[in-house]
Order: sequence, then structure tokens, then C-alpha cells
Amino acid sequence: MQALTNRAQEVSRKPMTFMERLYIPSILKGMAITFSHIFKKQPTIRYPEQKREFSPVFRGLHVLNRDEEGRERCTACGLCAVACPAEAITMEAAEREVGQENLYREEKYAAKYEINMLRCIFCGLCEEACPKDAIYLSETFAPANFTRTGFIYGKDNLLIPNPVTEPEAYAAAKGQRN
Amino acid sequence: MTLLAVDWLLIIEKLILIAIIVFASLGIALYTTFAERKVAAVLQDRPGPNRAGPFGLLQPFADGLKLIMKEEIIPTSSNKALFVLGPGLAMTAALMTCSVIPWSSHIEIFDRKIDLQIADINIGILYIFGVVSMGVYGMMIGGWASNNKFSLMAALRGASQAISYELAMGLSLIAVLMLSGSLSLKTIVDGQMAAGSYWNIVYQPLGFIIFFVCALAECNRTPFDLPEAENELNFGYHQEYSSMKLGFYLFSEYINMIMSSAVMASLYFGGFDVPFLDESTLAPNIAAIIGVAALLTKIAIFIFVFMWIRWTVPRFRYDQLMNLGWKTMIPLALFNMLVTGALILLKAGV
Repeated sequence: MQALTNRAQEVSRKPMTFMERLYIPSILKGMAITFSHIFKKQPTIRYPEQKREFSPVFRGLHVLNRDEEGRERCTACGLCAVACPAEAITMEAAEREVGQENLYREEKYAAKYEINMLRCIFCGLCEEACPKDAIYLSETFAPANFTRTGFIYGKDNLLIPNPVTEPEAYAAAKGQRN
Repeated sequence: MTLLAVDWLLIIEKLILIAIIVFASLGIALYTTFAERKVAAVLQDRPGPNRAGPFGLLQPFADGLKLIMKEEIIPTSSNKALFVLGPGLAMTAALMTCSVIPWSSHIEIFDRKIDLQIADINIGILYIFGVVSMGVYGMMIGGWASNNKFSLMAALRGASQAISYELAMGLSLIAVLMLSGSLSLKTIVDGQMAAGSYWNIVYQPLGFIIFFVCALAECNRTPFDLPEAENELNFGYHQEYSSMKLGFYLFSEYINMIMSSAVMASLYFGGFDVPFLDESTLAPNIAAIIGVAALLTKIAIFIFVFMWIRWTVPRFRYDQLMNLGWKTMIPLALFNMLVTGALILLKAGV
């Protein structure tokens, strides 16, 4: 039979020599290897103090965006929910009333917008589907929670802080993205 | 007035010495568990425990507290008296060894000469062997009283391993005894300290290697930790134990390690002797302190080597263990003994 690789070795059934039966030479060899590891660099990242940098294309928790005047961009068109392969997004649309022009950018807005973070696979297809640039994935990830319902994020969790009234919080939430 | 004829000062001084040595051994054992985890981490390119206190130095206390707070479970099917006796016996036997080890020469307080050795008995090394074999009973009784087949099997393994390796250990020791002509550890150390004589390791390299391997086996350290083989026997002889009784078993292993390191340092590495330093020229108290420091350094090096081996070598198979003990270690020890005897006779010119 032809060997699949050139790394195949014939099994040796030779009885061990006296030196091999002592084990000590091979044990010393192994100890030299472990000793050399004392001087090796540790790859550990000491987590809470030291955080690993995400790559610039990291897809984390979703953020519902606002425009420069602090109005919600989302029009509840539902394209993100359609695009979502995990069916994690649900929303309810509502009509903008007179006097709410400073809250919502267009005449229709999302009264309820929920993403189930346990279902979400963080693929970013919602971000691509959105015609209004209203949803994008940020640089953080969902923290642990005690209940399953805690992972269903509503608008209160997803909406980015208002850039007019809270510019610092807005900048922090926006992160390094565009 | 016969009662007052007793040297009360001697008793008080010995009691203080016992208290200091026992608590020091416990404290060192506490930090040996910490050192074990740190050494393991460093050898595996990890930082190791570093959260409790600065550099994780409070970790052993956190571990101890956790063990104490755990629920104490005594299985209903176990033999309760023996079940409780097991860990106690293991701990007692481990601590009793320290009584014949010469920790240093002697100190002088108020013109009183105090030996830094609890008891300089003339059969010191024989006493150690006796006590160490008693430690096997702790494991045996614990494993048997648990009424669990895995525990029992582990206890049987431990006992057979201890018996097999004690033979080779004793045989390698005979060569040292032939050289020093005494069973007292103090005399053996003094013989190595005397001007113009070298440490026993110079005369007994093979004997030391045999003794060291057997000490590993006696302490149930890897690669001879078959009584604690997790993958074959779940957890070994202390499987049914919980809380501080389990802590006692684990702790006695570390104390055994310290004591066997101390014995090896005394037998082969000159005990509290500092190389290239003539202690008799120093003030006795300073010499004693340097001696303690020297012995503790040697113990620390031995413990590091123990751990280094543990995190390098995987566990032996049971037949490999027995083959190594009976077919390699005992013939080598016999050979070493005969060669040493022949050389001593040749030197004496008989």
C-alpha cells in the first residue's frame, strides 16, 4: 500500500535497552525542554486591566444611529429584519406626530426595535441592508446576563446617545467607526 | 524532690522548638502549594495565580478558606472511625519526620547551648523510615474506609508502590551509612561538614539518584502518582473525602515533600553546611542562622526539582512502575552498595 504522506514511520518493536529502561536520560531531555520555557514570553493578556485590541473589521453589539441633529435615522422599513439570517430582529413601526420632527428624521419611525442577542450571529447583514445608515455593529460585545430575556435588547439599549445633548457619550458609543 | 530533678528548661526549650518547627513546616507547606501552581504556570508559559493579594501571595489562604468552608461529607457506607483516622494519620506521620532532622548546629542564649534539632536519636534515619512507612497507613486506611472500589484500588497501588520503592531506598541508604558509620542524622551531617571531607553526593552519585527517584515514589509525586491517577481511578484514594479532611491529605503530600527534601539535603548535600565556609570561625548564633538558611535553600531547590519533574514527566504505567522498582532500582542499589563496600575495604587496606 502506498503511504499517504512521507511522514509514515515503521513501528519499532525492539526491546528497550538498559539505558532506555532507566528512563533518566530521556527524562533529563524533557526537563531541559520545560526549563527553557521559563524564559519564554507569556502570551497571556491580563484581561480586566489589559484588553485585547479588536481588528478594525470586528462586528460587535448593534447601535441604532442618530443623525447630526440627534434624530433617529431608523424608519422601520424592516429590511434589516428581512436580511437577518438568524431572525433576531423584530420591530413595530409608528407614524411621526406633529411636533416630533426633532426626534425622528422621517415620517415613519420604529416604536419598538428589538434584537435578540442570543439569536444574533453578528454577521453584519443588517448593517449592509440598511438604506438609512441607521444600524451598525460597534466595537463592544454583549455582556453576560442572568436571564434569557435580559439578552433581548430594546431601543433603550441600542440607541446611541444624542450627539447634541451628550456629545461625549455619543463619541464613546460611536467608537473608531466611520 | 525527684520531680524537680527533671531539666525543666530542656523540656520548655524542646517544646518551643517543636512548636516553631511544626508551624514553620506548615507555613512552608502552605506556600509550597502556591509555588507548585506558580512553577507549573511558568513552565507552561502562563502567569499563574496572581489575583489574591500582591502577586497572588494570599492564594494559599484563599484555598485553605475555601476547603474549610466546604461541606464535610462522611459517606454513610464508610467506616466512620477509620475514615476520620486516615487523614489524621497521614498528617501526623508527615509532621513526625521533622523531629530528627538537624535544622542547624546550635544557638547560645544566656550561656545555654540549644541544639536546633528536636531529638538527636542514634537511629535517626531508621526512625524516619519507620514514620514514612506509617504514612502509607494513612493512605491505606483512608482508601479502605471510603468503601469505594476506586479508592481501595488506589490505596492498594499506593501501598505496593511504597513497599517496592522503600527497598531500593533502604539499599541506597546503606552505602551512605557505610561511609558515615552512623545512623544519627546529626553525625552524618557533621561528618560531611568536617574539614577535608566532601558532601556525600561526591561519593554516592548513583546512590543519590536512586534515593531521589525512590523519594519521588514515596511522596506519590509524578511520575509515580499512581494512587492519585485521575483518569483511571477518578481521583484516587481520597476520592470520597471533602473539606479539610481532603485538605489534610493534600497538605500531608506537601509536608512529605519538604521532609524528604530535608532528608536528602542532610544525607547527600551536607545538611546545613555552606560550601567553602568554615562555620567554626563564626559566632555560634550567626553560624546557626546561616546554617538554617543554607538548609532551607537546599530544601527549596529540591522542591523546585520535584515540581519541575512533575510538570515535565507524565505518569508511569503500573507495570512500568513495578519494573523500574524491582528490575532496575533494586539491582542498581545493590550494585552501588557492593561497590561502595569494596572501595571502603580497599581504602582501609584490608
